[in-house]
Amino acid sequence: MPEQYRLILKNIDQSGYTPDIECYLRHGGYEPLKKAFALTSKDLPEGKKQTPQEQIRQEVLNSGLRGRGGAGFSAGMKWSFVDRKSGKPIYLICNADESEPGTFKDRQIIHKDPHQLIEGMIISCFANDVKLAYIYIRGEFPQGAKILIKALAEARAKNFLGKNILGSGYDLEIYIHRGAGAYICGEETGLIESLEGKRAYPRIKPPYFPAILGLYMSPTIVNNVETLCHVKHIIEITGGAYAKLGTPNNTGTRIVSLSGQVKKPGYYEIEVGKVTIGELINHPNFGGGLLDGRTLKAVIPGGSSAKIFKAGEKFKLKKKSADGTMTEVETDMLDLPYDFDSLQAAGSMSGSSAIIVMDDSVDIVEALANLSEFYAHESCGQCTPCREGSLWMSKALHRMTHGHGRKQDADYLLNIAQNIQGRTICAFGEACSWPVLSFIKKFKDEFETKGAADEARQSSAGPTSDMKIAASPNH
Amino acid sequence: MSTQATTEQKPAPPPIEKIKIKVDGRDIEVPKAMPDWQGKLQPTTMLQACQIAGIDVPHYCYHPKLPIAGNCRMCLVEFGTPAMGPDRKPVLNPDGTSKILRSVLPYEPSTPRGAIACATPISPGMEIYPNSPATKVMREAVLESLLINHPLDCPICDQAGECKLQEYSVDYGKAGSRFIEPKVHKPKAVDLGPRIVLDDERCILCTRCIRFTKDVVGDDKLGVVNRGSYNSIAAYPGTTFDNNYTLNTVDICPVGALTSKDFRFKMRVWFLKETKSLCTSCGTGCNTIVGSREEVMYRYEPRENDAVNSTWMCDSGRLNYKWVNREDRLSKVQGSKLKVQSQEKAWSVAIRDISEILRKAAAGSVAFVASARQTNEELYLLKKLATKSNAITDSVPRIGEGDRLLLNADRNPNSTGSRLIGISGEKMGSNLSKIAEGIRSGSIKTLIVFGEDVTKHGIGADLLAKLENLIVSDILPNATTAAAHYLLPGCAHVEKRGSFVNVKGRVQRFMQALQPKGNARAEWEFLHELVFNVTGQNGYVTIEGLFNQMSKEVPAFNGVSWAGLGDAGVTIQI
Ligand SMILES: Cc1cc2nc3c(=O)[nH]c(=O)nc-3n(C[C@H](O)[C@H](O)[C@H](O)COP(=O)(O)O)c2cc1C
Ligand code: SF4
Ligand code: SF4
Ligand code: SF4
Ligand code: FES
Repeated sequence: MPEQYRLILKNIDQSGYTPDIECYLRHGGYEPLKKAFALTSKDLPEGKKQTPQEQIRQEVLNSGLRGRGGAGFSAGMKWSFVDRKSGKPIYLICNADESEPGTFKDRQIIHKDPHQLIEGMIISCFANDVKLAYIYIRGEFPQGAKILIKALAEARAKNFLGKNILGSGYDLEIYIHRGAGAYICGEETGLIESLEGKRAYPRIKPPYFPAILGLYMSPTIVNNVETLCHVKHIIEITGGAYAKLGTPNNTGTRIVSLSGQVKKPGYYEIEVGKVTIGELINHPNFGGGLLDGRTLKAVIPGGSSAKIFKAGEKFKLKKKSADGTMTEVETDMLDLPYDFDSLQAAGSMSGSSAIIVMDDSVDIVEALANLSEFYAHESCGQCTPCREGSLWMSKALHRMTHGHGRKQDADYLLNIAQNIQGRTICAFGEACSWPVLSFIKKFKDEFETKGAADEARQSSAGPTSDMKIAASPNH
Repeated sequence: MSTQATTEQKPAPPPIEKIKIKVDGRDIEVPKAMPDWQGKLQPTTMLQACQIAGIDVPHYCYHPKLPIAGNCRMCLVEFGTPAMGPDRKPVLNPDGTSKILRSVLPYEPSTPRGAIACATPISPGMEIYPNSPATKVMREAVLESLLINHPLDCPICDQAGECKLQEYSVDYGKAGSRFIEPKVHKPKAVDLGPRIVLDDERCILCTRCIRFTKDVVGDDKLGVVNRGSYNSIAAYPGTTFDNNYTLNTVDICPVGALTSKDFRFKMRVWFLKETKSLCTSCGTGCNTIVGSREEVMYRYEPRENDAVNSTWMCDSGRLNYKWVNREDRLSKVQGSKLKVQSQEKAWSVAIRDISEILRKAAAGSVAFVASARQTNEELYLLKKLATKSNAITDSVPRIGEGDRLLLNADRNPNSTGSRLIGISGEKMGSNLSKIAEGIRSGSIKTLIVFGEDVTKHGIGADLLAKLENLIVSDILPNATTAAAHYLLPGCAHVEKRGSFVNVKGRVQRFMQALQPKGNARAEWEFLHELVFNVTGQNGYVTIEGLFNQMSKEVPAFNGVSWAGLGDAGVTIQI
C-alpha cells in the first residue's frame, strides 16, 4: 500500500510540536551536528587522510541526494565543483524563495521546523568550510522570516552558531535576506545578484558558475531548503542508509505539493519513486481522488513550468528486466513512478515536485493563459527572447480567451515558444515556453477549435467588426 | 636626451598558445586568450575567433570596451565540439577526421542549441557555424522579438543611417510582421539629463549605456526599472544623468533610444563628412571624428585609440566646438599699422612689414607669447623666429580640474609640445611677468602674440599701448586683437592640419575638415613665409616636410615622421 514516508516532515504537524529550539532539542535536534563535529580525520588506504569535512561531503555524495529545488542535480557533485583553492571565502545560500506556482513545501519546514533547516545548513557549511551563509527568503513569507530570525537567535544563544561552535573551533554566521517579491530571485544567479543588492538579473554561464564566481565573485553553494534538511538526515543515518530510501539514482524522500481538483490537496512526503502519480492523486493516503463526478483531464507534474501530461497519455519507458537486458514498457501517465528520471523520460520533469491536477471542468486555453500571464509578469526582462516572447505569448492567449482567437494561433504560439527555449540566459526561458509548447502540442484541437469558432463568429458578424482586442494583461 | 620613438600601439604581448578551430568550414588558428574590455587576457570567445576569420557575428549588447552582458542574444551561433570517447580521446570518423557533435538542446536532441558568441570561449577542435541555417533561424527570431514592440519610426528617428536595428533588419528581418497584439508603450522623449534625451520605446535594453556609466565612469545613475517587456532605462529617481561622459552613451547606443540634445534633429548623419581630428580642450588629446557639412561643423565623436582615450571622450570636450562656427570669427587681415585697404593685397603687405620689423629688431627687443593650443609645426616655426632675434618666449598655462578617466587638469592641448620645442620652460607662464616687465622698462619693443589674450595674463592694455609693434594672430576677437598693429586671422584646428603632443608624450596629428574663414590662413603657412623672409631658411612648404624637418631638429621628436604618426600617433619620451 502506498504510504507517506515522513523523514523531513517527521515532527511537523505532530501535536505539541513547536518551532522553538527547546522542542527541537527534545526531539533529538542538533545531535547530528554534534556527530559531525565529533568526526576525526580518517586514514585512507594510500596513506592519505580524509578530513571530517571531506567525510561529510563523501557521505552526501554516497547518499545520492539530488537537489529538491528544481533541477534535481546531485548535491554531492555540486559541492565537489566548489573552487576550494581560490583563497576567497566560500559562501552557502539557502534558496527559500519557493515561488514556482503549485509549490508549498519549503514553507512547511520554515514555519514549523526551522531548526531542522538551520541544522542542515550548519552541517553543510561546516562540510564546505563556509563561514558565512545566507537564507534568501521570498518577500511574501514575512512570517517565515520572523520565525527564522528567532530560530537563528536561539541557535546563536546556544552556540550552534557564532564563534567556536560547541568548542569545535568552527565559526559560522547565518543571515536572513528577504526578497522583494520576484519569481526570478529563485533562480540561483538572479538570487545572488539580488543578495548583492542589485536587480535580480540572472548571470551568464559561462563564466559565472556559482561554484567558482558566485556571491561577491566568490565560490558559492546554492541549495534548496529541503535539500539542506536532507543533509542533516544523511549525517544522522549515513549516506549509505539514506541511499536505500527511494529508488536507485532517485534516492531519499521528497515532499510533494499536491494541488488542483483533488479531494485532499496538501503536501505529502514519499520515498522517491515508490509512489506513482496516479497513487498520489487517487489513493486515500494522498489526494483521495478527483472531485465527485469529474474525470481527469491533465496533470502538471513538477510545478507550473513542467510540461503537462494529458490524461491517458502513454510513454515507453526503458526498464531493466531481471536478466539485465533493457526492455521498453508502455506506461500510462498515471503509472509513472514519481521520481526524477521517469518523469524526465516521459518528457517532463519532477521540478519542484508540485503536482497540479486538472479535471474535465478546466478550459485548457484559459489555464494556459493564466500561467502565461504569470510568466510574462515574472520575466526579468534581461534577455530578448524571454522578455519579448513571454509577453507576446501572454497577449496572444489573452486575446484567445477574450473572443478573438484564430485557428492559426496554435501554430503561432508554438513558434513563439520554440524561439525562446534554449536561447535565453536562464532557465526561465524554458519555464515560460514549456507550458505553451506542451499544452498546445497535447491539446491542439482545443486551441484550434476555439480559434476557429472565434473566426467564424467574427466573419458572420460582418465586415465592419474589426479585431477589437480587449485590454491586454499587465497593461 | 635619449629619444626613442615607439610606434607600436600596444606593448608586444608574450606569445600566446594557439588553438585550431573551424569557422564556417574553414580551418583557422586563433590565440587561446585575447584581451578583454580592460585589456586583460581572457579565453578567446567565439565572436573574437569569428572576427579573426573575417566573419562579423551580428551583435547588440557586446561592445569590445565594456564588460560582457550576453543579454541581446543576437550573437547566438550554432556550434559543434569534438566527440570524446570513454578514453577521453576524440572519436574519429572513418576518414580519420574527428567526429563533431553539433550542440543540441539536452531535452530535445532534434533541435540545435546555440551559444552566445560574445561570451562563449572556444575550445580546441570546436566548429563554429556563423552562417548555418540554424544560426540564421535564431538570429531572425531575436530580431523579430526586438522589433515587435519597437515603434518602427525610422523616418523621424535621429539614429536612422547609423542604426544597428536597421542594419540587421536588412540582413535578417522580414518585410511584414505577424505580430498582431497591441504594442507595449513606454516613455518618449525622456529628459534623462542636461545633454541626453531618451526614447524608451526605441530602446532594446542592451544595457550598454548602463555598463558604460557604471563600469567605465563609475557612476551608478542609470538602471533598468519595471519588469519583463515593460523594462525601461531610467536615471535614479530624483537625480539627473549628468556626469561629464554622458554623451558616450549616445555613441554606443545601437539604436535611436539615446540622443544628444546638442545634435539631435540638426543633420541627417549620412550627409556628414567625417574627418579624423583631435579634441583640443585638454592635454589628453582624445581622438575624434569631426562631422561637418558644407563648411559647418555639427559634431565631434570619439575615435578609438587605445593609447589615449579608448573609444570615449568627455562631454565638455565634445561640446566645445561651437566657437568654430561663431559669426565673429576673424576673417580679415587688419591692424592699425596695416597700410592697405584691399584684402587681396593685405597678406603680402602684412608679411612684408612684419618681416621687416623682425629683421631689423635688436637682439632681445622682441618677445613671443605663443599659445599651447597651437600645433607643434607652428610653435617650431615661431621658435625659429624667436631664436633669430634672441627673443624671450612663453605660453599661457590653463589649469582646471582633472578626473580619473580622461579629463586632464592641463586644459591646453599642446603644453608638452610647447615645452619640447622650447617656447615655454619647465614651468609654463613663468616668463610672462618678465615680458611684462620688459615692456614696462622699454627693453621689449615688439610683442608677437598667437592665440592668447595677453591682457588677461598680466600684460594689460596699458603695456600693450607702450609697444612699438604688436603683432597678433588669432581666430576670435579679444582685447589683444583689438590693440594689434598687425592682426593675422588664423585657423581653428579643424581648418588646418598639424600635430600636438599630449601630456603623456603621444604625438598625434589631425586633418582638415573645413576651409579657413574668409581671408584667414593656416598659421604654419604664413609663418613659413615669415621664417623664410627673416632667417632665409626654406623647405617647409608642406605640413609633412615641416613636421619631418622639425623631428630632425628637435631632439624629442627624433625618428618620428608625419607618415609614421598614422591615425593613432606615436609615443615619444618627454
Ligand atoms: C526561474 C527559476 C526559478 C527558480 N526558483 C527556485 C525557487 O524558488 N526555489 C528553489 O529552491 N530553486 C529555484 N530554482 C532553482 C535554482 O536555480 C537552483 O537550481 C536551486 O536552488 C538549487 O538548489 P538544489 O540543488 O538544492 O535544488 C529556480 C530556477 C529557475 C530557473
Ligand atoms: S530568460 Fe527571462 S528571466 Fe531569465 S534572464 Fe532572460 S529575461 Fe530574465
Ligand atoms: S538606451 Fe540604448 S544603450 Fe541603453 S539599453 Fe537602450 S538600446 Fe542599449
Ligand atoms: S578628456 Fe580632454 S581631450 Fe578628451 S574629450 Fe575631454 S577635454 Fe577633450
Ligand atoms: S552580443 Fe548580445 S548576447 Fe552576445
